[in-house]
Amino acid sequence: MELKGKKLIELISLINSKQLSATEVFNYFLKRSNKYNKQLNAYLTICDNQTGIPIAFKDNFLTRNIRTTAASRVLEHYIPPYNATVVEKLLNKGFSVLGKTNMDAWAHGSSTETSDFGSSKNPWDITRSPGGSSGGASSVVASYLCPVSIGSETAGSIRQPSAWSGVVGLKPTYGRVSRYGVIAMGSSLDSPGVIALSVEDCAYILSIIAGKDKYDATSLTEDVPNYSESIKKNKKYVIGISEEYLKDIEPDIKKNYFKAIEIFKKMGHKIKKIKLIDPSYSVSVYTIIQRAEVSSNLSRYDGLRFGNNRSSFSEEAKKRIILGTFTLTQGYVDEYYKKAQKIRTLIINNFKQAFNNIDLILAPTTPNTALKLGEFQKYSFFGELMDRLNEPSSIAGLPGISIPVGLDKTKLPIGIQIIGKKLDEESVMNLAYQFEKETNFFGIIKELFKKYPD
Amino acid sequence: MKKYYPVIGLEVHIELNTKSKMFCQCLADYFEKKPNSEVCPVCLGLPGALPVPNKKAIEYTQIVAKALGCKLNNKSRFDRKHYFYPDLPKGYQISQYEQPFGIEGQVTLNNKVITIKRVHLEEDTGKLIHKANATYIDFNRSGVPLLEIVTNPDFDNSDDVKEYLEYLHVLVKQYLKISNANMEQGSMRLEPNISLSTVKGKLADYKIEVKNINSFKYVKKAIDYEIQRQEKLLNSNQVIKNETRGFNENKKITFLQRSKEEAKDYRYFPEPDIPPFEFTDRDLALIKIPELPYEKIKRFVETEKLNIDQAFILSKNLNKADLFDKLITNFSDKSKNVKIANIIINKLLHSDVIFSSILKKIENYLNPKTLLPKNFQIQIKEIIELNHKAVEDFKSGKESALFFLLGKLLQKVGNNLDVEQIKNLLIKELKK
Repeated sequence: MELKGKKLIELISLINSKQLSATEVFNYFLKRSNKYNKQLNAYLTICDNQTGIPIAFKDNFLTRNIRTTAASRVLEHYIPPYNATVVEKLLNKGFSVLGKTNMDAWAHGSSTETSDFGSSKNPWDITRSPGGSSGGASSVVASYLCPVSIGSETAGSIRQPSAWSGVVGLKPTYGRVSRYGVIAMGSSLDSPGVIALSVEDCAYILSIIAGKDKYDATSLTEDVPNYSESIKKNKKYVIGISEEYLKDIEPDIKKNYFKAIEIFKKMGHKIKKIKLIDPSYSVSVYTIIQRAEVSSNLSRYDGLRFGNNRSSFSEEAKKRIILGTFTLTQGYVDEYYKKAQKIRTLIINNFKQAFNNIDLILAPTTPNTALKLGEFQKYSFFGELMDRLNEPSSIAGLPGISIPVGLDKTKLPIGIQIIGKKLDEESVMNLAYQFEKETNFFGIIKELFKKYPD
Repeated sequence: MKKYYPVIGLEVHIELNTKSKMFCQCLADYFEKKPNSEVCPVCLGLPGALPVPNKKAIEYTQIVAKALGCKLNNKSRFDRKHYFYPDLPKGYQISQYEQPFGIEGQVTLNNKVITIKRVHLEEDTGKLIHKANATYIDFNRSGVPLLEIVTNPDFDNSDDVKEYLEYLHVLVKQYLKISNANMEQGSMRLEPNISLSTVKGKLADYKIEVKNINSFKYVKKAIDYEIQRQEKLLNSNQVIKNETRGFNENKKITFLQRSKEEAKDYRYFPEPDIPPFEFTDRDLALIKIPELPYEKIKRFVETEKLNIDQAFILSKNLNKADLFDKLITNFSDKSKNVKIANIIINKLLHSDVIFSSILKKIENYLNPKTLLPKNFQIQIKEIIELNHKAVEDFKSGKESALFFLLGKLLQKVGNNLDVEQIKNLLIKELKK
C-alpha cells in the first residue's frame, strides 16, 4: 500500500480497520527517517524497536529513558526519569516516540542554527533553514519522515518553521496544553503545539494533549472540546486584517496573503479592517520578558548536575542569560522588566478590543520565506525580528495556526496565520480547515514529497 | 562615652507541618529519613518540572498572619529569588516579595507593642552534609513549606526578643498547630538584626544580621554580644558597615560571614509558573483562628475569676488551659476555679489520664476528707528527711520546692484529702 503523504488520521483509520499494524506504520517512517536524517539533520535521536503509531517530539520534551537535550551540549547525555505530560498522554493513546527533533539550543532562535548539534535543513532546499526553533519538527513532517510532530512555541517557534517548511503548525492558547516536562524557555509564554500535514491532524492531536494538568498550575481548567468534530461545522466568520502586519513583508508573501483573503471572501467570510498595535513594540516587550525568564530558567544548569557544566553553554544562551540578568537587576528592573509587563497588558487589551468586532485575525506568518543557512549571524535579534508577526499574539497568550498558502518565485513555501481569541482553537482550526478543503493548500506538499521517495 | 540605643528586628523561619511539600506531593516530614528518599522532579529542580502550590500551606500562612493581627492581602503571589548555592536546585527559591500573604501586624508583650512587617511563604532548601572531605546534598528538605515572619526593628533589648520568640513558639505550635516548631530539628530558625542608634527612636545607618540561630537562649546571647561588640566599635569611633554574621554556639560569639558590600541582588520577579492569587474579603473572613493567648488570659481573669498569674501560666500551656476549661464545666461554682487552676498548674494530676478519673481527683481535692490519717505526722517527717535539697530550696525561698514536697506527701497519704490543709501543715513543719 502506498503510505506516502497519508495524513495521520488516515493512517490511524487504516490501523483501526486492521489493514495495517501500528508497527508496520512505525517501521515505514523509521526507515524513511534513517534514510533522510543524515541529509536533513532533523532528528537528534531516532528510536527503533517501537510498536506504536510514530510521533516525533521536539527535543525539549522530556521522554523517560530517552535522551533529551534541548539541543544543548549541557544536556548532551541527559536521560530524563519522567515523561512530559504531553508525551505521557500520547503514549497512553498508542503512540510511540519515533524520534527527538532538532531545535535551536534551549529553543533560543528561529532557524535551528543555534543547535549545538548542527542546523536542521529545509527539505525544500537544504541550503536553507527550516525555521525554528521547532525546525527539526517541521522538517520531519515536511519530508514525511514522521506523520506528525510535537513542537513548542514561545513566540513563533511553531508557526514560523511550519510556514518555512510548507506545513500546518498549531500554537494553542497559553495554558491549554500542559508545560510539565517541557524544558522551560519563557515560562509565561511557552505553549506546546502540533506540526502536521493537515488541520484535521492538528485537531486530533490537540484533543489528546489539551486539558488541565495537576502538575501545571498554569494549565487551564476549561473542558476540552472534540476539535475533530467542531472544525467540520461550516461556520462563517468575520475576519480582521491589520495594515500593521504588512510592513516590510516580501512582495510574494503579500501577494499570496491577498490571494487568500479573496478566497475567504469567496467562501462567504467577511473581511474587516482593524487597527492593532504595531508588532515592532512586541519585539521589545517579548525580548525583555523572555530574556528575564530565560536567565532564571537556565539557573538550574549550574554544572552540579545533568552532566556537562556551564562552559557547555553556547553563545546565544550566554547572551540571553546576560541580557535577562541585566533586565532583572536592581535599578533596571523598573525600566525594563516592569515596563515591558505594562506594555504586555496594553497588547493583551488591544487584542481583546479587536475581538469585540471580529472572530479571527488573518496575517502573514513571516516577513520572509526560508533564509539561507548562515544568514542569522548577520543580525542580532535575528529570531525576534523573524518572529515579529507571531510575537504580539504569543505575548497575549492567544491561539494561532500557520497554513501553507503557496510558493514564492524561488519555490519556497509561504504561510499565513489565523489568530483567535483565548481558548478559541475551535474557530482558528475551523477556518483553517475550510481553507484546506477549499484549496488542498494548492497541493504544494505533494510536490515536495516527490523529492523524498521511499 | 555616648549613650546608645539598641535597635533590634527579627526574622523567624518556621517549617510548616503540612503533609506534603510546598510545590509537590513529596512528604514534608524529612526528619531522620534516608537522604534523597523523599524527592521528585519538582523538589529536585529537574528540567521541565513545575511547582504546584500547596493550598494547606497557604491557609496556614494566612492563619498565622491573622493570629499576628496582620492585614491579609487580597492579591498575593509568589516570586523567584535568585542565588546560586548547591542546596538550591533551581538556582532560585520560590518566595514572596512584593505581595506577601500578610502585612502590618502586631503583638503586644510586656505592654510593649511589636509590629510585624510581613508574613510570607517560601520553600526550604536542601541540606549540605560535609563528610570526609566531601560534601553531599540531601534534597529531602528541599521544598518543605517555610513561613517567614519579619518584625519591624521595634525591640530594644534581648529579653523582649526572647519573650516574643517564646510567644511565637507557643502560638504556632500549640494554638495554631501549624508547625512542630522543634528547635533541635531546626524547624524554627531565628535571625535577629541589631544596630545601635545614638538617638532614641531613630534607626542607625547600618544593620548587622545574625543568621540561622536555633535556640532562644542563643538569640539572646547573640544580641547581647552584638550590643557589646558594636558599642566598643562605636566608642572607638569606628564606622560599622552592614554585615551578615553567624553565631558560634561554643564560644557564644558572633563572627563575620559576609559584608553587605557583597550583598546579593536577588533579581526578584513574579513566578510565572504559579498564577497570582486573588482572595475576596469573604474568603479572608472565612479564615478561622482559635482563641489566642491574650484572649484566653482576658477570659480567664474576667470571666473565670482566675488571678492574672494563673491565667498567664495556663495560657502558655494549651493542654492545661483546655483541661481547665473542660473541668470547670462540671462545677457551677466559679469560686472554686482558682483552686482548680492551682491543682492543674501545680501538676497534682496528670493530664494524660482519662478525663473521668481526673474529674474524680478534682472532686476529691475540692471536697476533701478533713480527717487526717493516723500516721500523718510520721509521713510528713519522713518526707522532710528524705528530701533535703527541696527543703533547703524552700527555705531559700523557692516556692516550687514546696509543691514538690507536697506532691511527694500526697503520693504517700493519698490525695483525697484537703490539699490546703495539708499544705499548711507541711509549711508549719518546714518552718520548725
